[in-house]
Amino acid sequence: MNNPVENPESGADGDLTPGQPASGSRLSILEPRQTSPGRRAWERFRRNRPAILGAWYLVFLLLAIGAWPVFLKIMGGTFAQMHDPDQLSDTAFAPPGAQYWFGTDVHGRDVFSRILYGAQISLLVGIVGAMVSLVIGVLWGAIAGYVGGRVDNVLMRIVDILYSLPTVIFVIVLITTFGEMLKQSHFIASSPALQSGLRVVLLFFGLGAVSWLTMARIVRGQVLSLRTRAFVEASRALGGGPVRILARHIIPNVFGVVITYLALTVPAIVLYESFLSYLGLGVQPPMASWGTLIAEGVGQINPIRIYWWLIAFPGGVLVTTLLALNFLGDGLRDAWDNKSK
Amino acid sequence: MYFVKRLIFAVPLLLVISALAFALVHLAPGGPFDRERAPASPEIERAIKAKYHLDEPVWKQYLQYLNGLAHGDFGVSLKYRNHTVTDIIAQGLPVSMLLGTLAFGFAMGVGLPVGFFTAARHGRWEDYTGSFFSMLVVCVPGFVIAPLLILFFSIKWKLLPVGLWETPWHMILPPIALGLFFAGKIARLMREGMLTAMQSEFVTAARAKGLGESRLLLKHAFRLAVLPVVSYSGPMLADLLTGSFVIENIFQIPGIGVFLVNSSLNRDYTLVVGLSLLYAALLIGLNLVVDFAYTLLDPRVKYE
Repeated sequence: MNNPVENPESGADGDLTPGQPASGSRLSILEPRQTSPGRRAWERFRRNRPAILGAWYLVFLLLAIGAWPVFLKIMGGTFAQMHDPDQLSDTAFAPPGAQYWFGTDVHGRDVFSRILYGAQISLLVGIVGAMVSLVIGVLWGAIAGYVGGRVDNVLMRIVDILYSLPTVIFVIVLITTFGEMLKQSHFIASSPALQSGLRVVLLFFGLGAVSWLTMARIVRGQVLSLRTRAFVEASRALGGGPVRILARHIIPNVFGVVITYLALTVPAIVLYESFLSYLGLGVQPPMASWGTLIAEGVGQINPIRIYWWLIAFPGGVLVTTLLALNFLGDGLRDAWDNKSK
Repeated sequence: MYFVKRLIFAVPLLLVISALAFALVHLAPGGPFDRERAPASPEIERAIKAKYHLDEPVWKQYLQYLNGLAHGDFGVSLKYRNHTVTDIIAQGLPVSMLLGTLAFGFAMGVGLPVGFFTAARHGRWEDYTGSFFSMLVVCVPGFVIAPLLILFFSIKWKLLPVGLWETPWHMILPPIALGLFFAGKIARLMREGMLTAMQSEFVTAARAKGLGESRLLLKHAFRLAVLPVVSYSGPMLADLLTGSFVIENIFQIPGIGVFLVNSSLNRDYTLVVGLSLLYAALLIGLNLVVDFAYTLLDPRVKYE
């Protein structure tokens, strides 16, 4: 109190206001001696060529999705009209060429534009759906693992039972139930735009709600093993409450596994969305996703003419995106989980 | 003893699953008769509903269903009303099972060697190409590969029939389209398992003893490496044997996978519950078989 400048060590925690340079310099002293686990993971990730390629592909795809409509706006005139994803024209089933890079569909719409347009929905559902599954799975698994005992038993038996139920039935029932509920409210029935938007929200929750089971199991396993580790015991012995233990010790340690599994859930949900849209349960006609595009292509199979571009291009983009996402997820796993290497 | 206990535990589990499936389809709005061709007059609709006890509370319907189940009666399909659920399963299941078994054989026949080979050549170009293809194949959904196979093999080159399920020629494309994904999965599991096994101490010890590399990999590493594949094959077989909606739909195969989707769309309550029970029973049974096989393959594993 008399002379705080002379003795900065002892009073550091109490006297320094947050954000003062002293705390920063303390960190920088430590840095040369040991790199943080996050930094080491990043170094490993950077050396994984497929994962980096996957990441670049996704960046490129996202740029294309965002830039293409803007580009059409700027070009204007016939070019924009030709490539408008919703513009019907007389040139149905034009094969891929200089004019239509990916050909046209049954209504003469540009397949290239429709794929980029459908990508918005497919990727959005994948990412948000994965987030939904993350929230449910992490909460479920963390509670089961941390509380333990009877609660753990009940929660995990529920997961087991849901595992033994065919997912298709589960997801169809969820989506139709919520769909009907939404349809019945007047507010939503009045606006078709709102209706198709809600259809997408429905997919978020429906797909998230069936994809959290593995996440819950993984998180539970992690929490269970972390709970008995020495550093958690030490924290408890020093008087740390459950909130502090969870926030300071358990959650940061589960984080890597969760992020990794999240990255692998996104492609699974993108795939599931395209499957549901293929069945006609996903997004509805004015909207498009990769699944509906492929379903339209499959509908055009006939023994006389082969419209391969209607399946090969949407399918190809779907497959390469899934591939990129999976490589990214694998890269993250290898980077975080240095035990397996 | 352990396995007997698990068999006994399967009964309440199946009961819970049937109740859950029952509750889920009843939770969904609409009923099995909403899509009938001619809209029936209210009296007739009421009469039909009364006939199938649909006017009673759900728990009562469930008890009645259980009562039938206890007598081995899965009920009458509410959509295809001149067929019992047992009929539908008896007709479709053999087809789906044959398709599933062929797909399983294909997946194992391709996946295991690819996984083994890529691991044996770890870090070389064979490993990179093999691993890339097994990852690629995992990312190709059935509704992309099946139409492409049809377009090229059936329509363009006219080598194989477009659809249906009659001669052995009909049974080439569908199992490939169905099994490709699983082949990739198995190859990845196998490779990962081999890499882990090759680092384990007993392999190092065997190598130190001067055992030849091929014998080492085939006889020692393989047995350990195949374990993840074995545990994956339980749920995989349950999926394959109950049919795939997409493949059966695209190839026009009269299997059971189509019913699994359609019954839940149609709110065909009895059929949904019957098929869910079938799937769950298969899954539980196969997992049991897998765990038993584990004890044979890995003597360290003991169940209490």
